[in-house]
Amino acid sequence: MTKLSVRTTVNGDEQNFLADPTTTLLDALRDELRLTGAKEGCGTGDCGACSVIVDGRVVCSCLMLAVEAEGRSVTTVEGLAEAGRLHPLQSKFLEHAALQCGFCTPGFLVAAKALLDVNPSPTETEVRFWLAGNLCRCTGYDKIVRAVMDAAAEMRQERCA
Amino acid sequence: MSQSLDTPPFSVIGGRPVRPDGVDKVTGRALFGADFAVAGQLCGRVLRSPHAHAKIVSIDTRKARALAGVKAVVTGADFPNLKSEVHEGGESSSDLRDLAINVIARDKALYEGHAVAAVAAISPKIAEEALRLISVVYEPLPHVLEVEAAMAADAPILHDHLRTGGVTPAPTTASNIAKRHIFERGDLAQGFADADVTYEGRYTTQAVHQGYIEPHACVAQWGEDGQCDVWCSSQGHFMVRAHCAKILNISLSDVRVTPLEIGGGFGGKTTVYLEPLALALSRQSGRPVKMVMTRDEVFRATGPTSGAAMTVRLGAKRDGTLTAAKVELKFQAGAFPGSPVGAACMTALACYDVPNFEVLGWDVVTNTPKVAAYRAPGAPIVAFAVESAMDELARTLKIDPIELRLKNAVRDGVIASYGPKYRNIGYVETLEALKASDHYKAPLGPNQGRGFAVGFWFNIGGESTASVHVAEDGGVTVTTGSPDIGGSRASMQMMAAETLGLPVERVRAKIADTASIGFSNVTGGSRTTFATGLAVIEACRKIIADATRRAVGTFGVEADQVVWTHGQVELLDGSKPPLTLADLARESGKTGGPMSAEVALNAQGAGPGFGAHLCDLEVDPETGQVSVVRYTAAQDVGRAIHPAYVEGQIQGGVAQGLGWALNEAYLFDPGGRMENPGFLDYRMPVASDLPMIDTILVEVANPRHPFGAKGVGETPIVPPLAAAANAVRAATGLRLNDLPLAPPAILAASDLARAAE
Amino acid sequence: MIHVILPADLPFTGGVTQVGVEAKTLKGLMQALEKRFPGLGDHLDRKMAFAVDGEIHQDAWFAPLPDGAEVVVLPKIGGG
Repeated sequence: MTKLSVRTTVNGDEQNFLADPTTTLLDALRDELRLTGAKEGCGTGDCGACSVIVDGRVVCSCLMLAVEAEGRSVTTVEGLAEAGRLHPLQSKFLEHAALQCGFCTPGFLVAAKALLDVNPSPTETEVRFWLAGNLCRCTGYDKIVRAVMDAAAEMRQERCA
Repeated sequence: MSQSLDTPPFSVIGGRPVRPDGVDKVTGRALFGADFAVAGQLCGRVLRSPHAHAKIVSIDTRKARALAGVKAVVTGADFPNLKSEVHEGGESSSDLRDLAINVIARDKALYEGHAVAAVAAISPKIAEEALRLISVVYEPLPHVLEVEAAMAADAPILHDHLRTGGVTPAPTTASNIAKRHIFERGDLAQGFADADVTYEGRYTTQAVHQGYIEPHACVAQWGEDGQCDVWCSSQGHFMVRAHCAKILNISLSDVRVTPLEIGGGFGGKTTVYLEPLALALSRQSGRPVKMVMTRDEVFRATGPTSGAAMTVRLGAKRDGTLTAAKVELKFQAGAFPGSPVGAACMTALACYDVPNFEVLGWDVVTNTPKVAAYRAPGAPIVAFAVESAMDELARTLKIDPIELRLKNAVRDGVIASYGPKYRNIGYVETLEALKASDHYKAPLGPNQGRGFAVGFWFNIGGESTASVHVAEDGGVTVTTGSPDIGGSRASMQMMAAETLGLPVERVRAKIADTASIGFSNVTGGSRTTFATGLAVIEACRKIIADATRRAVGTFGVEADQVVWTHGQVELLDGSKPPLTLADLARESGKTGGPMSAEVALNAQGAGPGFGAHLCDLEVDPETGQVSVVRYTAAQDVGRAIHPAYVEGQIQGGVAQGLGWALNEAYLFDPGGRMENPGFLDYRMPVASDLPMIDTILVEVANPRHPFGAKGVGETPIVPPLAAAANAVRAATGLRLNDLPLAPPAILAASDLARAAE
Repeated sequence: MIHVILPADLPFTGGVTQVGVEAKTLKGLMQALEKRFPGLGDHLDRKMAFAVDGEIHQDAWFAPLPDGAEVVVLPKIGGG
């Protein structure tokens, strides 16, 4: 089967790569663009380890075809830090020890960013339900939720300052 | 080298610095198993048995081999037949021959998902097409899944050669019962005769999976000169090397294993599945081979832990003193012997000072995936039974459940149910800490109940090697062979910094491959902070001794005129400024050469862990849905090197235990095929299922570790199963003895109770 | 004299649970027990751990045994 050309913006940069029609966005990001931050935990959209943001919406990239990214804008975990500065979510995850093995962490960071983009002051319940699509087996979610809420608070302060 | 117990105040220990590998993990740069790639690599895939039990009559791979793009095809015939050789891994001991047959079947498929053949091709599509072209002729056999059914006289037999061990006279006929374990003390009959009240319960649990989010993955390369390279995530790359060498019958020193970051293990990655297959495919094809499991494969073909059937009978005096305990445990081992029933027997009564007991355990093979270690293997299962029974006893005696545990608590000097005399344990302190907590006194709302349970795990020591180098600028690198599952780089960095009197930022922690550092046992068994930490600390002490010697020469004084303190060597008379580690490192070329030390040890004297948990659940009477309202876990941790990671271990273990109690289970269809091999229907806890998990870190120091550390990782998963069941009992009046406590089970019990009224 | 406590279901011992031997290390202990109960030494070495005055030792041939110590034999533990 001949590969198709896909033109898309990834983390702010224009990318043009080749993909089989049946290749998932996840596999294209990982294999063609070597952006291995997004992970395959299940391949069926149940664990969220593959979460990326496409045109402002968090999606499971294992459930999206690479060709569907044509003309769209994709953000992965690799796009969170800017010019050597960690995103507040990344800093807070580190500060709160909200990761143990770190495998689910990229998915959580992307999903949490998508939350704070639409809701800068989430309650604990809102955070938990928004992140219910991201599985973590190591932490029991306690420190993840604290980190997200603390990052939200810091980002609200930065906005006011 | 003396091992004195360092006491607070500490400069670094007990703090919460950011872990040294943290930035890589939050930016997506860290390379896990499937992230790694090698030029020219092929894609490997596995053909798995669709039958739970079948003779493999023939395998025809010709069409697969002929497919363009297929470079290698292997079956069991391509692997050596091993002699029986037990790998003595403690309670998870298994025969290496069984392990080899588990990696790829020989004459029989023993469970649905059992690997039967493997291929390597230039693309995933071609590899999958090749699998479809392999014809396997099976002769399906009757299968057995449930442990008691497998023990029955007419059960289908998995292994004709298997005879029940631990029974005299030794049996001569084949059985699915691999071994009988027994632990006894005193006079059981008299003990029950002395009791004022007795309670007996029967309990069952289902097989549950460790549930690590990262599927197994590896890249293997068999060089033209016979030198092999394996890159994989695992809990122990030295274990991977040893197992691959045995299974392929090659020299261990011809294999180098490089550890990649690991996305969770919990015991499930202390064995091998793909690596020997990838090596065999690489040998045949002459190319590197990458293999990654799908989630479906992880469930169907990698070890869950045992399902079990258990009975517990307790006898006590009216004042709560236990007089007798009789426990019988039947554990599923999966397709090959080696369930953790032995360890379960040993932990069953570990929290209790009981004068008369009998604990009987049965290791039983079944046509399900071979079980693998899962966090405190065996202990959560038996604790579910014992702690549920203790809860009923407390109700009958009208004694508070914590008071009942205190009344029978083990303390220093008490002989443990599994043999040794306890020393330096913090069980009573843990119970008292929980009793003093706010949670204990907090009021409950409607349909809510509070459950209490305790738990124990041994923790182990074992072999570790640590290497410490001081760079020319005085910066320190600590290298070990212990994969970092949950922040151990941070604790190694902190223990080194504390010992050397350096700020934590001046210390880096790395993990080296099998060719670059001496041997280390797996990261598991709650051993790493204790044993690898001990090696790190002792290597740092060697650096200190060396630095002091160089300073003596540099100052030109006698050895008794200097002292090492806080990262530098000082003259007692203060006549010259001190020499810091950086000063000494700068001149190290002139004072003997580079500053470097390595320690390799087998750490002994690991301290056991005790936990006491409170669980508040709310049960919806209409739907049977259970919500976790509040949870507090108290645990004796010895000394929390990095409290955030100790809290994290406890919170993670609690979450797994709650999943086990409330929702997780392997479900099989009548054909023995797993019905829920995915995260949608194998329902693990998500963020909206849980509240914040409060932890109470009790510190009763372990004198065998310089900072008093005890293992912490496994104990937390032991109490939650019964804590949840006891909470359901308190909330609904229903005693459910069969896990999981899923809504259908609660509604069925509630209907039954209503019908009985 | 080292006071040794053995599990009742250990092979080769015929059910003996308490025995006194002379030994200065755990390896010496295993050799002494092998003399008393032929076949036991290798079994202990491969499958069992030892609590020396309460402190658990696993694979520690040269662990010193203080005179008068109590050594409890128990199965090895691996963990997960």
